[in-house]
Amino acid sequence: MEYILLIISAIFVNNVVLAQFLGICPFLGVSNKVSTAMGMAMAVTFVIVLATMVTYLIHVYVLIPLGITFMQTITFILVIAALVQMVEIILKKISQPLYQSLGIFLPLITTNCAVLGVAILVIKKNYNLAEGVVYGGATAIGFGLALVIMAGIREQLELADVPSGMKGVPISLVTAGILALAFMGFAGLV
Amino acid sequence: MNQMQNFTKGFLKENPILVLVLGTCPTLATTSSAMNGLGMGLATTFVLIGSNVFIALLKNIIPDKVRIPAFIVVIATFVTIVDLVMQAYVPSLYETLGIFIPLIVVNCIVLGRAEAYASKNSVWSSFVDGAGMGLGFTGALGVLGAFRELLGSGAIAGFKIIEGDGILVFILAPGAFIALGYLIAVVNRINKA
Amino acid sequence: MAKMESTLKNMVLSLTLISLGASAGLGFVYEMTKAPIEISALNKKLDAIKQVVPEFTNNPNDEMFMLPTGEGDSLEVYPAKNGEEVVGYAVRSFTNNGFSGYIGFMVGFTPDGTIYNINVLEHKETPGLGTKMVPDGTPEKPEFKDQFKGKNPAEFALKVKKDGGPVDAITAATISSRAFCDGVQRAYNAFEKGGLK
Repeated sequence: MEYILLIISAIFVNNVVLAQFLGICPFLGVSNKVSTAMGMAMAVTFVIVLATMVTYLIHVYVLIPLGITFMQTITFILVIAALVQMVEIILKKISQPLYQSLGIFLPLITTNCAVLGVAILVIKKNYNLAEGVVYGGATAIGFGLALVIMAGIREQLELADVPSGMKGVPISLVTAGILALAFMGFAGLV
Repeated sequence: MNQMQNFTKGFLKENPILVLVLGTCPTLATTSSAMNGLGMGLATTFVLIGSNVFIALLKNIIPDKVRIPAFIVVIATFVTIVDLVMQAYVPSLYETLGIFIPLIVVNCIVLGRAEAYASKNSVWSSFVDGAGMGLGFTGALGVLGAFRELLGSGAIAGFKIIEGDGILVFILAPGAFIALGYLIAVVNRINKA
Repeated sequence: MAKMESTLKNMVLSLTLISLGASAGLGFVYEMTKAPIEISALNKKLDAIKQVVPEFTNNPNDEMFMLPTGEGDSLEVYPAKNGEEVVGYAVRSFTNNGFSGYIGFMVGFTPDGTIYNINVLEHKETPGLGTKMVPDGTPEKPEFKDQFKGKNPAEFALKVKKDGGPVDAITAATISSRAFCDGVQRAYNAFEKGGLK
């Protein structure tokens, strides 16, 4: 039961992009087509779930026993960088088209603040391994959801008559703001 | 370009957040007030200068294939230093900025400048570049923070200017997106002129 | 500008050197900041205690003890003394039922169980709504917290009006208000069970 609350909270109420401001760069950069958005969302989900597991284990079994928790930032980001490299290699082997369409955004998952952010949050919130992985997965789904919705809206925006000063990033941000406003409506759920 | 131009390019023409649109996550998250925005900007500037200088120093002993991991280690080191120092000496700002202090390590501005500039330029130029970009970022955060704080609670840096409660949404998530969107539009206009 | 070749040996050497240098530098900064960080944390705690109990002369942190809540965990209790006489107990309580999760409290009781004051230590409640549980009010403009001061949970039920109790919840922040009550109740439970009354 608790897990359901955890999941609903992570996807809707405290959506990682629209409420916690993590993962904005890819959110703005990849969300102009629904198909790339979905591909990105899946890649990020995979990385987040794996990263949460590995960083948790490292924190509990290496950093704490050795008393070097101040090395958290360095070790976590290196783990994430390594995982992303791995995902790149795997993706290249099993799905060339997806690899091509994601292009430069794949290595950029390393700098996606959502991945490092979630890894750190799991530790801060004192989740155990199972809760952490569920939280990570749910957060990634929330990320994907925000991304796909945004892509859908932006595909439509392309056809609209936007004032020249607002074209591109400004109008996307304002749209994201309205989307964030909508998501605030989920507040009563949990 | 001379060093003066190198320094000031980060203010308007190549402002990291308002023009290059890098570092959006901390910008949106920490600008609920002017002081928070400035604090975040200054912490990031410290990391930017530190990492730019060290990467420029070490650039000749970093083989090309491992440059990203090497940059990351240097950046993460400075981020951790900032984290520890803030925790020790400015605990309330540290608590407010929270998770966004360690997240400086994935701030695309820092890695971006390391890759685009510090790995190819002299130590002094890299220092100037880092300082300029950092101050441009800090300025943008300060302005955005002041704007959101003014509209959201009628105050700037705690000084109440407009009586009564503000438009709450500006301190919350939606307001951040919308305010940044308009600020970028304004700067685009200024730069075009 | 000659760059090092990307041979395996060079790559490993370079990365190792940089990592070692980084770790050494960090270890140094860590040692230097350890003491100030601990002092900061301690001062923060003492400040929190000062705000919730009457004036004291001892160091409550030195005399801290734990009391079980009856739910399987324990809370830290800090006795505040004036000379030899106990003037109050500060209980470090919490709730997980906040709108955004965990809320940490410092609840101050006088020796008979009456609430002196409550300090919200950490929270992630919504600004403008749940955050209204944080400030102290004035007699002219009372805040949410003020209704708890001077009340004894033995007679004053810690439930919001929606749940049949006397507590006036914050408008549009019922969840935060309920969580607040939960946190104070938890503190009182430990206080009572610990036989401090």
